[in-house]
Amino acid sequence: MSVDAKTVRRIAHLARIAVTDEEVAPLQDELNAILSFVEQLDAVDVSGVEPMTSVTPMAMKSREDVITDGGHAREIVFNAPLTEDNYFVVPKVVE
Amino acid sequence: MTTKPAELTDLTLAQARDGLRAKEFSARELAQAHIDAIEKARVLNAYLLETPDRALAMADVADQKLAAGEARPLEGLPLGIKDLFCTHGVTTTAASKILEGFQPHYESTVTHNLWRDGAVMLGKLNLDEFAMGSSNETSAYGPVISPWRRKGPDGTGDETKLVPGGSSGGSAAAVAARLCLGATATDTGGSIRQPAAFTGTVGIKPTYGRCSRWGTVAFASSLDQAGPIARTVRDTAILLSSMSGHDDKDTTSVNLPVPDFEAAVNRGVKGLTIGIPKEYRVEGMPAEIERLWQQGADWLRAAGAKVVEVSLPHTQYALPAYYIVAPAEASSNLARYDGVRYGLRVPGKDIAGMYEATRAAGFGREVKRRIMIGTYVLSAGYYDAYYVRAQKIRSLIKRDFEQVYASGVDAILTPTTPSSAFGFGEKAKADPVEMYLLDVFTVTVNMAGLPGLAVPAGLDAQGLPLGLQLIGRPFDEETLFAAGQVIEEAAGRIALPQAWWA
Repeated sequence: MSVDAKTVRRIAHLARIAVTDEEVAPLQDELNAILSFVEQLDAVDVSGVEPMTSVTPMAMKSREDVITDGGHAREIVFNAPLTEDNYFVVPKVVE
Repeated sequence: MTTKPAELTDLTLAQARDGLRAKEFSARELAQAHIDAIEKARVLNAYLLETPDRALAMADVADQKLAAGEARPLEGLPLGIKDLFCTHGVTTTAASKILEGFQPHYESTVTHNLWRDGAVMLGKLNLDEFAMGSSNETSAYGPVISPWRRKGPDGTGDETKLVPGGSSGGSAAAVAARLCLGATATDTGGSIRQPAAFTGTVGIKPTYGRCSRWGTVAFASSLDQAGPIARTVRDTAILLSSMSGHDDKDTTSVNLPVPDFEAAVNRGVKGLTIGIPKEYRVEGMPAEIERLWQQGADWLRAAGAKVVEVSLPHTQYALPAYYIVAPAEASSNLARYDGVRYGLRVPGKDIAGMYEATRAAGFGREVKRRIMIGTYVLSAGYYDAYYVRAQKIRSLIKRDFEQVYASGVDAILTPTTPSSAFGFGEKAKADPVEMYLLDVFTVTVNMAGLPGLAVPAGLDAQGLPLGLQLIGRPFDEETLFAAGQVIEEAAGRIALPQAWWA
């Protein structure tokens, strides 16, 4: 499978990465090089094989459903580029 | 005092530990010697951030503990920290512009464990951006220069700048250049073992789940593992004991006791069975690597191990499957860099425009490429064909190893890399896959979640180090330390390069 320029733009938008017109062609070549490299996986017979879901087989850990942390609003917004009263500020989303 | 401070940086971590306890020098002198060495080595670009004041303050605490006879396991030992580990109040960038100036308000579990045991922080080490790379050329803050140089044809110096490998290139270069006694590193596809091989140092990626991933900037969560790089097998064993341990904050961290890894170092290999996987004899492998591999098997046999040929039939599919799984996980992990919560923000006409502009400006080329591949293989209509298939192949790769271990093999011996270090810009000019092939021997280990140790075993004709890799059973790092020590002793410790940079 290979991607065309339109698909490159669509992927970039899905990934929320702006691409310039000049970037599309090289990206297309690079993505196609990777996709053609992974094509050899089609040769493997995977019928009846379960996909790996857990690297080390172990029961999912659980803990008591209680509050163990919190009250760190100032620390949480400390690195944000734009804040107001311990809230993150974003461009207007709803008209 | 028999050891002059100027020579303190040449000590191994174990020697420095013993010297501190014998009061041959102080933790402050040891820290100062490293701070001075780091200042003179800035041309290597191994450290992104130096923290000398913190190092001296931590060393003073260590000297008090030593004087009081209360020394902890790593008391007063100066380490470098890969800039992927969040350090409280100390800038953590993952070598990306998108995290420029990020100051964590928490400490990664791995570094927390090191400070708990008395270690001293010298600073934050350079890496490939978000640990994505095999040469350190993708760092947004410039590449790391390897302390190693090729030997010219007439035996004199060749000044071509070489890569230290990656992604833990800063860690490996700093250890090889004696800018720390040991360093933290991380390994998603070979990022500890490959730079260790390129710099003549020792590195271990422990079993998945051995070290907590909490507070380490995530790349591919089902593959990422932290581990140490140091100058000897023993030094990595000492560091891994401190770094490991169960952590409630990481659901994949295993609740198993941490062995005293140092105690396993001199255990020997008598009676062990070492497997040589025939599928690792890849086409185009340099004869000197083939020879070194054979030599490694001979050393282990001479020390009492039985060496047998084994088969890992799905080996060739590990790398292509990795280039589906790792980018897929990266694309979701890196979705958090949105210009809202931390890091860079570039304005746009609306919120989506702000996200797109921020991520376009903040991520480098390789990171964008991997996020896009990941986005594509996870997108509607392609998920089963790519991602699910790759995870099935991952099950097959793991099964290959399980069958070999079930047949009585204790550890597997392979080369660490298909070549020695190369010069800047020599790989992946047009095709990213050329660089990816450097991880062909290491990536299988991440796909199966197994432990892997890289140990220097010799030099090639250019005078550059080559490494051998030992792959173990899950949670049996001890056998790797024992076998690694046999190779280190048989090969003789590699003479590290003289400080041409100072």
